[in-house]
Amino acid sequence: MKKSKWSLLLTLVLVLSMFLAACSGGDKKDNKAGEGDNDSKDPATEKPAEPQVLNILDGEEIPSMDSSQATDAVSFEVMNNVMEGLYRLDKDNKPTPGVAEKHDLSEDGTVYTFHLNPNAKWSDGSKVTANDFVYAWRKALHPDTLSEYAYIMGPVKNANAIQTDGDPLFGKVEELGVKAVDESTLEVTLEAPAPYFLGLTGFATFYPQKEEFVKKQADKYALEANTLLYNGPFVLNEWKHNEGWQYKKNDNYWDKDNVKLDEINVKIVKDVATSVNLYETGQTDITGLSMEYVDQYKDHEDLYTRGEASVFFLRLNQKTEALKNANIRKAIDMAYDKQSMVDVLLNNGSTPAYYLVPGDFTPGPDGEDFRKTNGNFGGYDLEKAKELWAAGLKELGKESLELELLNYDSDGAKKMGEFFKNQLEKNLPGIKVSIKAQPFKQKLELESKGEYDFSYAGWGPDYQDPMTFLDMFVTDGAHNQMGYSNPDYDKLINDAKKETDQQKRWEMMLEAEKVLFEDQAISPLYQRGVTGLQKPYVKDLAHHLFGADVSYKWAYIEGKQ
Amino acid sequence: MLRYITKRVFAMFLTLLIIATITFFLMKLLPGSPFNNQEKLTESQRYALNEKYGLNDPVPVQYINYLGKLAQGDLGYTFQFDGRTVNSMIANGMGPSATVGFEALVFGTLVGLILGIAAALKHNSFIDYGAMVMAVFGIAIPSFVFAGLLQYYVGVKLGWLPVAFWNGPEYHIMPAFSLSVGVIATVARFMRTEMLEILGTDYILMARSKGISKQAVIIKHCVRNSMIPIITILGPMAIGLITGSLVIENIFAIPGIGEQFVKSINLNDYPVIMGTTLFYSFLIIVIILVVDILYGIIDPRIRVAGGKS
Repeated sequence: MKKSKWSLLLTLVLVLSMFLAACSGGDKKDNKAGEGDNDSKDPATEKPAEPQVLNILDGEEIPSMDSSQATDAVSFEVMNNVMEGLYRLDKDNKPTPGVAEKHDLSEDGTVYTFHLNPNAKWSDGSKVTANDFVYAWRKALHPDTLSEYAYIMGPVKNANAIQTDGDPLFGKVEELGVKAVDESTLEVTLEAPAPYFLGLTGFATFYPQKEEFVKKQADKYALEANTLLYNGPFVLNEWKHNEGWQYKKNDNYWDKDNVKLDEINVKIVKDVATSVNLYETGQTDITGLSMEYVDQYKDHEDLYTRGEASVFFLRLNQKTEALKNANIRKAIDMAYDKQSMVDVLLNNGSTPAYYLVPGDFTPGPDGEDFRKTNGNFGGYDLEKAKELWAAGLKELGKESLELELLNYDSDGAKKMGEFFKNQLEKNLPGIKVSIKAQPFKQKLELESKGEYDFSYAGWGPDYQDPMTFLDMFVTDGAHNQMGYSNPDYDKLINDAKKETDQQKRWEMMLEAEKVLFEDQAISPLYQRGVTGLQKPYVKDLAHHLFGADVSYKWAYIEGKQ
Repeated sequence: MLRYITKRVFAMFLTLLIIATITFFLMKLLPGSPFNNQEKLTESQRYALNEKYGLNDPVPVQYINYLGKLAQGDLGYTFQFDGRTVNSMIANGMGPSATVGFEALVFGTLVGLILGIAAALKHNSFIDYGAMVMAVFGIAIPSFVFAGLLQYYVGVKLGWLPVAFWNGPEYHIMPAFSLSVGVIATVARFMRTEMLEILGTDYILMARSKGISKQAVIIKHCVRNSMIPIITILGPMAIGLITGSLVIENIFAIPGIGEQFVKSINLNDYPVIMGTTLFYSFLIIVIILVVDILYGIIDPRIRVAGGKS
């Protein structure tokens, strides 16, 4: 009896001490945070100018800070602000000099000679050299360090061959079309002229890396804020995994005079309700909003909506008997109301899409937006839909059709699926739509196996050119995945890829999109928009349509006090 | 006792091996690849990447390779965060998750016990009904609803506590409290039922008739004997709490490990699926062992080592 009493006491003491230990751990952290707060407040009382501090949220921890390995939006955004490629995108999404001061282009449009800015430095004070680019680009393609985003280097000579197992050039990264002529001259040879290449050099996979530093850090490279060199407008001053990170202005940056923000604090918040609450209490200057919050804030003066360059559409599987029929495909596209789908179900600045290449994305050689020139295709037209549907059924010799929609399993996608099913079943006599909602990866897998009739799909651009959307649907293209094939379309795309005359190239792409919709190869749904709240004192954030979402280089705070 | 523990530890490793094997082969049945931008990869690119990570090898070969590393305590690299090990992910994420979970457990158990005991002693009184109504609410309202309400009213409207983040003790209060509601309810209900039963047993009557004071009987005999079912449910409950809650961690922006149990499966992040599963299993097995030992301390009738010690 006595023994067990002691053990009971011992258990209690142990429990209590664990509790105390947990508390004291928390105390230490709190002190640190307190000091941080003081630091940011002091200059405000001394200096008359406003503190240039931006407080924001991000939805995820940074998955990678190794530019040659990154694959996701968060990494791209952070890197865009702490690193720099040959060029970077400006506020109007035009390439503006980064590490390169200027460039020469050969007459056939395939050889770029970049002259590097002698003031472009790493955060350790050393110069950014042409070799730093050669090293990083080869690293992204080498089989041992192959990047999941290696395909983005496709336009560079031999890049595709080097990453294709079995090709004679496989793994021979020294054959890549990039050469350091001298310390500050970089020569890049392309497979074919690519007018969008300059913008692409602002993409993370094309950033430089200093070989000596990377090798010294070995497997610790880019894992912490201090195992990484920076050459962008900001540096990562602090990176607390899963909690957040802090940018500080980079004093070694060549264009630091144009960088106004001193500090950007980023906290990771995954829940929209929490973000909104933090915005309401002034702890963040910007928050995104999900659909259910849009109505609540629709008259709020801080509300913004912004179009993005991602387009969502239905893949129509033309390997199936029913959807091989063009009349059936056209009838389906006309039989549902995209406008009310966007207004009711998305309600976030998205716009209905009657096209493949998004609007406000790329101006042509004439300066006119691709979308404006080509206009819309199709649209909600019940009478015509019924007519085409009847004709299609007759050609198939059937009275009814049962079709399966392959869908994502997110709440938003499920609602879209129900809407689509409801409209089609109401408007097309004899159609029955079943919905198969699958987790993201499984959905992609089923799609690539062709096990579906319609599939809800989306595509975001990899570079600023209609080709990033259009070459998806060439016959047997890797991302076609719906058995669409039209020799006229293939010819237009392949010719455009080789064409050096920009005007001709543009016209071929315009024509290609028309062919795609004469065939009604897909049924476009909407062009995505985003909506959120942003404090009025945050100025000049630059938003981009591909790669990194935002640049803080030119942003500043005005009128907060 | 020592022999018993040795035997149990040996069985534990065997169990872990079986769990590892089943999880590994099941996981490989998941369609899709672990690559983040799967929809943009062509077949040949995917092949080359699979080659880089050894995913083109036959599954049994991958399994043997995995076990070899596991034997050295190496859980491999995650696909979600470039260059980061699963070991470091679990180590970093466990701190905050376990802290909040443990606080919720301690607070929830203490309050639950008090409520349960009070309800049993004042059976069919206002206190009893009040405590049980609270318990029903505690079980019925999901913790995320509670967390959302707390965050909005206490954090935003009243401004008494920080809305979110993980900076110091005051940041623990709302998440720990939200998590503890379920614990309070469960513990209170178990405790009340058990106490009522024991209060009516012969040995309590016997103790009272021997002239021992009511207080002493309640504390020494009643409460202690009612603890057996509580300890049984506390074990698995503790594991659930300290490995983190996906929802509570998301709502209060706590840098914990909770979400990885679900996210890793959706992303086909094989090493993390294995790592979190094995880690969770390990904790469960350890806690079951601890509970078995605790039984003996609390109730001498249940002695595990065969009655000889």
